[in-house]
Amino acid sequence: MTEPALVRWFLTGVALIFLGLFLLVPLAAVFAQALEKGAGAYIAAITEPDALAAVRLTLVTAAISVPLNLVFGVAAAWAITKFDFIGKNLLITLIDIPFSVSPVISGLIYVLLFGLQGWLGPWLDLHNIKIIFAVPGIVLATIFVTFPFVARELIPLMQAQGKDEEEAALVLGANGLQTFFRVTLPNIKWGLIYGVILCNARAMGEFGAVSVVSGHIRGMTNTIPLHVEILYNEYNYAAAFAVASLLALLALVTLVAKSIVEWRLKVSS
Amino acid sequence: MKGFKRRDNVLPGFGPTLGYTIFYLSLVVLIPLSALVFKTASLSWHDFLAEVSSPRVLASYRLTFGTALLAAMVNALFGVLVAWVLVRYRFPGKRVIDALIDLPFALPTAVAGITLATVYSGNGWIGRYLEPHGIKVAYTPLGILVAMTFIGLPFVVRTVQPVLEELETEVEEAAVCLGASRWQTFRRVLFPIILPSLITGFALAFARAVGEYGSIIFIAGNMPMVSEITPLLIITKLEQYDYAGATAIASVMLGASFVILFTINILQWWSRRYAER
Repeated sequence: MTEPALVRWFLTGVALIFLGLFLLVPLAAVFAQALEKGAGAYIAAITEPDALAAVRLTLVTAAISVPLNLVFGVAAAWAITKFDFIGKNLLITLIDIPFSVSPVISGLIYVLLFGLQGWLGPWLDLHNIKIIFAVPGIVLATIFVTFPFVARELIPLMQAQGKDEEEAALVLGANGLQTFFRVTLPNIKWGLIYGVILCNARAMGEFGAVSVVSGHIRGMTNTIPLHVEILYNEYNYAAAFAVASLLALLALVTLVAKSIVEWRLKVSS
Repeated sequence: MKGFKRRDNVLPGFGPTLGYTIFYLSLVVLIPLSALVFKTASLSWHDFLAEVSSPRVLASYRLTFGTALLAAMVNALFGVLVAWVLVRYRFPGKRVIDALIDLPFALPTAVAGITLATVYSGNGWIGRYLEPHGIKVAYTPLGILVAMTFIGLPFVVRTVQPVLEELETEVEEAAVCLGASRWQTFRRVLFPIILPSLITGFALAFARAVGEYGSIIFIAGNMPMVSEITPLLIITKLEQYDYAGATAIASVMLGASFVILFTINILQWWSRRYAER
């Protein structure tokens, strides 16, 4: 039971034109623009010292923020899905806050805390500790914007799985950690990986929040997205798109990994 | 604390995990956000009002919220269409297209911004066909609409798609047996079923578009009073060391996000109840 073929083709066509204009053409344009001046210019743009420094800073930022939010996500999901307590729904809503706050505000709050005019600014200045316009600020802002990802993937998954298997393990004599690593972790493995992939993509790609706290010092406090912005604003389009294509590749890898994990989740359930 | 924790639960780790969750949540989210609230509270009512209701700020609200609403409507319309086509029809490359729907989530906003600006500018791949017809997209408010549509695109598709997938065909068959046309079946039977998820997706897309910064600033043109979005205005104030002004405007946006977040939670609760009936 379906629509006449003509209607099907028409609807499919309209949907594909819409997706083409908004997704496919821009995606293809990133790579086309990146290679516009040839492979030599492309390689020069991404191996130039400032670009490499940006790549390094982005990797460091993700390497700190992703594990922290991973541990938090597992702890939060365990408390929320395995136990009943008052205020659970409020807690879930609070965890979601960073998703609904503008990235600009995510950066601003750290400026208000640690900036020179902020709460802790004078004390930090006295002790010569730099957070804003330095790497720690970038890491903090990134932790904030990627905060909910892992928890958010795990909570519905663990809710659906219930706690029968864990209870069985405990009755059979396993201790708490054994139960977690031998029973819970294998069950949530794919959801966990999924959360980490999304968290990592956002950590490496965050622009607004990081832009507020970074200070845009070339080779020092520039992440890859900020480096792209600088190159673009200098009308150095080919280089900007070359560096941007690294992030676009990351996005494509993320989408592929996501599809694989989703398929695994479907198989395992 | 009777009833706080069920006593028949044998699983360990409640104290440490909940304790750590609340500790980390406070450290990363609640305390920094409270800095914004306290900073706002330190402004006098008169100054606050002057900051958040100056003509330039009001123009930015109109632009940001108005365009976000339009973008969410475009996404609601095409989101249902795309979800429908993906669930019901077969065509080559469907799996790839399905995976690509999430591109706006995965692609960093700065990359989206410079790409959209280039593609939709006067000599860009798409812009060159629009410009001769007098349609200027890049560096106008229309460009903001394009960027906001892009970043909100996955929400409606991803909320409506699972509902369509789980739909029993019997409902439609019953409607047809009772003499309904295909369009009547959609409007009277299917549409009410997907409506709660559609509204949720719409609200999520709207919320995302309102706060968006990275993908918009490259394509917007950023002219005060015309194409300057509120998040950009906050940054502009910060760069001029006008912390009071930035904070006041940010608190208005934060209030708006909370209202939207609250609405989405109620909607999701409502659609769950709706689904259970």
